[in-house]
Formats: sequence, structure tokens, C-alpha cells
Amino acid sequence: MSGEPEPLLDLRDVTVRFGGLKAVSEFNFRIQHNELVGLIGPNGAGKTTIFNLITGVYRPTSGAILFEGRPVAGKKPYLITKRGIARTFQNIRLFASMSVFDNVRAAFNMQLRHGIHHALWRGRGLAAEEARIQQEAHELLKIFRLDKHAEAACTSLSYGDQRRLEIVRALATRPKLILLDEPAAGMNPTEKTELMELIRFVQEKFSIAVLLVEHDMRVVMGICQRIAVVDYGIKIAEGCASEIQCDPAVIRAYLGVAA
Amino acid sequence: MIEFIQQLINGLSLGAIYALIALGYTMVYGVLRFINFAHGDVFMIGAFAGMYIAPQVLKLSNGNPSWTVMIIVLLAAMIICAFLGIVIEKLAYRPLRNRPRLTVLITAIGVSLFLENFGQYAFGVDPQSFPDLIGDHAITLPAWFGPLTDLTIMVSQVLVGVVTVVLLIALRFIVTKTKLGTAMRALSVNPLATSLMGVNNDVVISFTFGLGSALAGAAGILISIQQPSIDPLMGLQPGIKAFVAAVLGGIGNIPGAAVGGILLGVIETLVVGYSDRLHIPSGYRDAVAFFLLILILLFKPTGLFGRAQREKV
Amino acid sequence: MLERNKIILLASLVVIFAASRFSSRIDPYYYQIILFAGINVILATSLNLVNGYTGQFSLGHAGFMSVGAYTAGMFTTYASGAWLGALKPLGAFASNSLFFAIALCLGGLAAGLTGLVVGIPSLRLKGDYLAIVTLGFGEIIKVVIENVDTLGGSRGLSVPLGYTNLFWVYAMAAVTIYVIVSLVNSTYGRGFLTVRDDEIAAEAMGINTTKYKVLAFTVAAFFAGIAGGLYAHLTQFINPEGFNFLKSVDIVTMVILGGMGSTGGVVFAAIVLTILPEWLRWLSERPFLPHWLAGLLENRMIPYSLLLILLMLLRPQGLFGGIHFKRKHA
Repeated sequence: MSGEPEPLLDLRDVTVRFGGLKAVSEFNFRIQHNELVGLIGPNGAGKTTIFNLITGVYRPTSGAILFEGRPVAGKKPYLITKRGIARTFQNIRLFASMSVFDNVRAAFNMQLRHGIHHALWRGRGLAAEEARIQQEAHELLKIFRLDKHAEAACTSLSYGDQRRLEIVRALATRPKLILLDEPAAGMNPTEKTELMELIRFVQEKFSIAVLLVEHDMRVVMGICQRIAVVDYGIKIAEGCASEIQCDPAVIRAYLGVAA
Repeated sequence: MIEFIQQLINGLSLGAIYALIALGYTMVYGVLRFINFAHGDVFMIGAFAGMYIAPQVLKLSNGNPSWTVMIIVLLAAMIICAFLGIVIEKLAYRPLRNRPRLTVLITAIGVSLFLENFGQYAFGVDPQSFPDLIGDHAITLPAWFGPLTDLTIMVSQVLVGVVTVVLLIALRFIVTKTKLGTAMRALSVNPLATSLMGVNNDVVISFTFGLGSALAGAAGILISIQQPSIDPLMGLQPGIKAFVAAVLGGIGNIPGAAVGGILLGVIETLVVGYSDRLHIPSGYRDAVAFFLLILILLFKPTGLFGRAQREKV
Repeated sequence: MLERNKIILLASLVVIFAASRFSSRIDPYYYQIILFAGINVILATSLNLVNGYTGQFSLGHAGFMSVGAYTAGMFTTYASGAWLGALKPLGAFASNSLFFAIALCLGGLAAGLTGLVVGIPSLRLKGDYLAIVTLGFGEIIKVVIENVDTLGGSRGLSVPLGYTNLFWVYAMAAVTIYVIVSLVNSTYGRGFLTVRDDEIAAEAMGINTTKYKVLAFTVAAFFAGIAGGLYAHLTQFINPEGFNFLKSVDIVTMVILGGMGSTGGVVFAAIVLTILPEWLRWLSERPFLPHWLAGLLENRMIPYSLLLILLMLLRPQGLFGGIHFKRKHA
């Protein structure tokens, strides 16, 4: 066995084509348990596409995606979530008609041991499980200081709070890896600093790995242990923050070639 | 063999009607991504418009039916239907432009029901007879047709074919060579970009409705020439069948709608014509279209010529 | 706290039973309307699970109703000899009630099975396409019935045993409401709402959206079948035309008027829309009305369709729907 521990998430030569367009080409990448990793690149580079490949929204044209050693490529998204990968979205996708509490509660669905017959019979078993979920959901909300809004409509929250709620909801699925898609978008500098602390907190408290797609370099360089850079669907660099900042290929991708 | 060709001719005739109506569905879906449920009833209004106008036109020609009479009635019906389509869009659909598409679909159902039932109130529930515009009769085929002289080809069938071809050519010209037509195609690809190019989207959408409705009106006249019994509910079956045809061809795709319409007309006529040999009771005629629809939507929802659309995650 | 629903259900059944004792005192015309209202409540509440709570647009609900109606009707008509004979020892009341209950269940199960068969392939589609496919299936069911002679074809089927009464209708309505409300208010049932709000996010939260859609469809179809069975044994004559697209639109209108996703609203709307046509008919017969207006009101579809259009233009969320409509993604 090699010295390197088995990665939590392993992407091997992942390629996806949409018609004639190769959106992601031979992408190789690994994430270890409890690592905080960043994925950056110019607009349209394929970052969200990679997210969608990992979470099963898209199926790779070729290549393999292994999670905890088992293949997940092309599986249905809800099954991948059950395996332990959660995500947030670039454009916030909360359940708009439901309260803050219900949004989190919905994420407990996959853990339910009671099915439809219990929901109808409403016996003691159901009551116990519902109580347990209530408690866990409230605790989760409390950790992120959203519990006082629990009964409010989720759309009444501030933008920053909504983004936090999306993270809380994703965490309720008890993932081993969480994918955050541009969580700092639309935030002011103070909120971004808070977000950085929040992400580090999440990584520590829940012992999970985090894959972060972000445009704000201060955020990325500030918290990521390792960063991968993609451009036109190809990985052009990988390393720690200082390595990435000096990499000529990265500079070229963002700033273009000197005339 | 003769019988097959006969069925084919009948099927083409029916298919032309479906094609004309299907074009309206597909054009509106192309620009608005919405199924205009009320389109089949515009077809019905066309027939009734023709029924009321025809006597006036016939008076001008001293009661003699002729192709000229028919053309005048056809154009009048097309104009009336175009107008109706534009009005419906302005009153019932435009205010809902930014609402969820299901809201508009329900509104369209409401408009359809209103047209049908108001039609029953205004025109009476019973079928009425459409005046004879062309003096329909079977064409005597010249001897050099050989064995094909046994075929029954009605003047009306030839007429339907000719008019449909003319309208299709005109449509193709409008869609590819005129500014409004090009704007229509642009709208169906990207509404925002189109408006940024200085196009008034509302005008183009009105134009699309008008064009589609005019074609439906034409179909209304053409079918009334072939089957002179019209009633306010006559738009129901052809409407849904033309919709199936549009889906078959790939909804949003204009040539697809024409092909789909003709194909459906032929398939339906053949299934009914050979129903005993296929062991399908002819009472299932109307289910043929639904059956096809379900097959298409389940196996190839983009139809023959359509392109799939991805939702951005 | 969860027991509350069960207590309310049992209390309602007692009240309904008591009320049904007075059935004979009600004028037969109003009695019929009350029963139809109850049947519509079942239809609208069940459809609300699909259209309102799960956000899927089904336009073929009448088809499932017809499956239930014909199944229950055929059963009581042709199996009465065998079954009633076997149940005789229980006494007339018990044996007839049990027989009817079995008929209704069979109708519901047949309809539910149809819902499953229709739902599994159809629910891959979204929005307008789903609406059209369900419409298509509804029409196919109708055409099939029209072409099967043993079911009476287009001439219709007689159902001699008129078992339906106030108790049966409203007891079933209470059960339907209990099932739908209990289901939706559990964590399990919140899954339906997530499918409506955002399918992609729902899948990302580990929710099998296909399962929920098919489940909603099947459960709704089951209750539509029960409503159909009740209907068949009330009118004692059914034919395919009575379960056509217009009937489906009727039920959809109740769901929309009530506010999709509000069971209380939908129940209210079902009752109102049962009474409305009767009121319009009464109105159209008033002597003070000008002739043309009377004619317009006589065909209830004219004001009905205008109501539908106005509703969409002015208040698409219905009377009680405070829910946030699904965002149209650009």
C-alpha cells in the first residue's frame, strides 16, 4: 500500500462533453478526509460543472469518481447525498414556501426510519422520531444562531442568513464532504470574514471535508489548505495558496498573456 | 394498392389541416414556451367566420361558387382569426408574461372553454352547414392515369393541398426573409438578447399569435369545404391532434410541425382505414393521437426535429 | 400532539354519523347537492396532494375517478349475489355496509393501481408536458371504456344498488382529509413540498423526488377512485362522458380556487364550486333577468371559464394559498 491515505473523494480523468463542447477534460483531483480545499478559475472554467458531476446532476462522459473508494459517477443525486456528499448552490435554492425550521427538517428526510404508513398511523414510534428530529434541527439552527428565526419564512431572512441556512440545511444530511458553490457571492467584506470563520468552524466541529468554489481570492487563499485551478475545463495548477499565487499558468489564465 | 393510395390521399388532405393548426402551436411555443390551449378554438371561429361571411361574398358573385369566392372567404377568415389571436394574447396572456407557466396554461384552458361555450351560446349547439364555396365534386382522372383512375380525388382535396402549399411557402418566406420573422426566430432562442437588439418583443409576440391564428383560420375554412358540417366544439379534437403533431415534429420547430401534421393525418387515416385488418375497433380512432403523444413524450420528447433544453443548475 | 389528528377524525366521524340520522328531513334536491359537494371535496383534496403540495400538474384526475366508479359499480352489480349471500349472517345493515365498503376499496385500489401505472412513466416530464400526458391518459381511459361493451360502452352502466348516503360520503371525505393532512405535516410528508419548491435542491438533500411524485399520484388516484365509487352509487348511472376532460378541469379549478397547498381552502372551494352552478341555474331562471343574460348563465361553463381566467389574472394563488409560487428559473 502506498504511503498516501485513501482519499475521501477521488476524481480520475473525469471528462464531460455537452454535444461538441468538452466542458471538463481529464480532470484528476483528490480530497482527503477533513480537508478544506478550494477550486478556482475564471468564469466559465467548469467549476460548477465539476460540482454537478460530483453530485450526480451530470454524468461524466468518461472517467471515474470514487467516494470512500466506491464509484458514484452518474448515480442519482439523492443517492449520492445518502452516501455523504452535500452541497449548496450558486443561486440560493432554499425551499421557498417553507419556514427556516422546515428547510432543515426536510434534510432529515433521508434518515427517516418510518415510512408512509407511520405518517398515517401516527403511533408512538412516529412521535418519538419526530421529537428527535425537532431537537436535532433546533440544535443545528442554534449553533448557527438561526434558531430565533425558526418559524419565520425562509425568504424573510437576510441574504447572508439565507446563505447560512443553506449551509445548515446541507449539514443536516450529516455529510462527510460538503461542496460550497460561491458562498461569498454578494457579501460585503465583514460578512466574508464571518463566512471564512464559519467555514473553518464547520470543518472542525463536524469533522468534514469542504470543497469550496469561490471567486474572492482573499477568502480562498485565507482558508484553503490546498487549491486547484481550472481553466476551460482543464486543471492547470494545484498546490497551496502561495504556490498558486506565483504559478505562471494561473496568472496567464486570469490576466492573459503580455502583448 | 389502389386502396392504399386512396387512404394516402385522404390522409394527406387531413394532414394538411393538422399541419396548419400545428404551426400555430409550435410558433407560440417557440416564442413563449407555452402551449396555447385555446388555439384549436380559433380554428373553430375561423370556420364560423367563414360561414357568416360566405353568403355576402356569394351575393357578389351572383350565387356562383368559385375558387375566387373561396379565396376571399379564406382571407377574410384569416384576418378575423389573426385579430382574435392578437386580442386574446393581449388580454389574457400578456399580463401573465412573468408568472409561472402553469398559470398561463390554466388561463389558456379558461379561454378555450370560454370560446367553446360562448360559441355554443352564440351559434347554437347544433351543427350547421357550411355554404358551398367551390362546387365540390370528384375529379375525373384522365385515361393515362391507368389503374389510378379508380381513385376518388375531390376538388376540395386538391384545393386543400394547393392552399396549404402556398401558405407554407408564404410562411417560410416570412420566417426567413422578413424582419419580423427573423425577430420571431431570435425570440425563440433568446428573448433577452433579442430585446437588447432593439426589437420590441411584444410586437413580435403579437405578430406570432396573429400569424399562427391566421393559419388556424385558414384550416377552419379548408376543413369546412371538405366536411361542411360545423359546430362550436369542432376545435376540440383537431386541436389536440394538431398539438400532438407539433410535439411529434419537435415543438418549437416550424418545419417539424408541418411534417408532424401530415404524418399524423396519414397515420390516423391509415389506422382507421385498415382498422379491421389491424384488429383495432375504429372507435379507437381518437385514441390514436393520444397514444402517439404518450409514446413520443415518453421516449423522445424532443420530437423528430427538436432540440433538448437543459436547466442550468 | 400527533394524536390530535386521530382524535379530530374520530370526533368528526361521530358528528357525521349523528348528522346522517337527519338525512330524511332534508329536501332531496339539496340532499343531492350536499352529497355531490362531499364527493368533490374528496376529489379536490386528493388532487391537491399532487397539484398543490407536490407541484405536479395533473389534468387527468377524472380518469382515475372513472376507474373507481366502474370497478365499484361492476362489483356491486355482478357480485352482489355471492357476497351478500356470504355476508348474510351479519344482518342486513352490516352485510350491506361491508359489501359497499369492499366495493369502494376495490374501486380505490383499481384507481390507485392505474395511477401507479400512469404515474411511473409520466412523472419524468415536467410542467406543460406532464399536464398534456395526464390529459392524454385520461382520454385514453375514456376511449377504452367507450369501446368495452361489458362496461356499457358509450351508452353507460346502470348501478342499481344506490348505497351512497350522507354518512358514507362525508365519512370518506373526513378520512381523505385526515390522510392528506397527516401525511403532509410529518417530516416524511414535507418531502412532497420540497419537490414542489425545488426539485434539484430536494435531490441534493437526499430526497428521492421520483418516489414522492409517484406516491402522491398513486394516493391521489386511490381517493379519486373512492370518490368515483361513491358517485356511481349515488347517480346509479355512469357513462364515460361524465368523466371527461371537463370534469378534470372542474377539479383542477377547485384546487386552484382554494389555493394550491391549502387543504382547508380546497375543501371550501370544492363546496363553493358545487353550489355555484346550481345558484347560477337558479339565477338564470329569475324573471327579472334580461334574456341574453339568462342564456349566458344557463351554460355554467361561460361564467365558469371567465372565473378561471379572472382568477389567474387577479389572484393565481387562489383564495387561501399564501404559498410562494415556484420561481420561474431564467
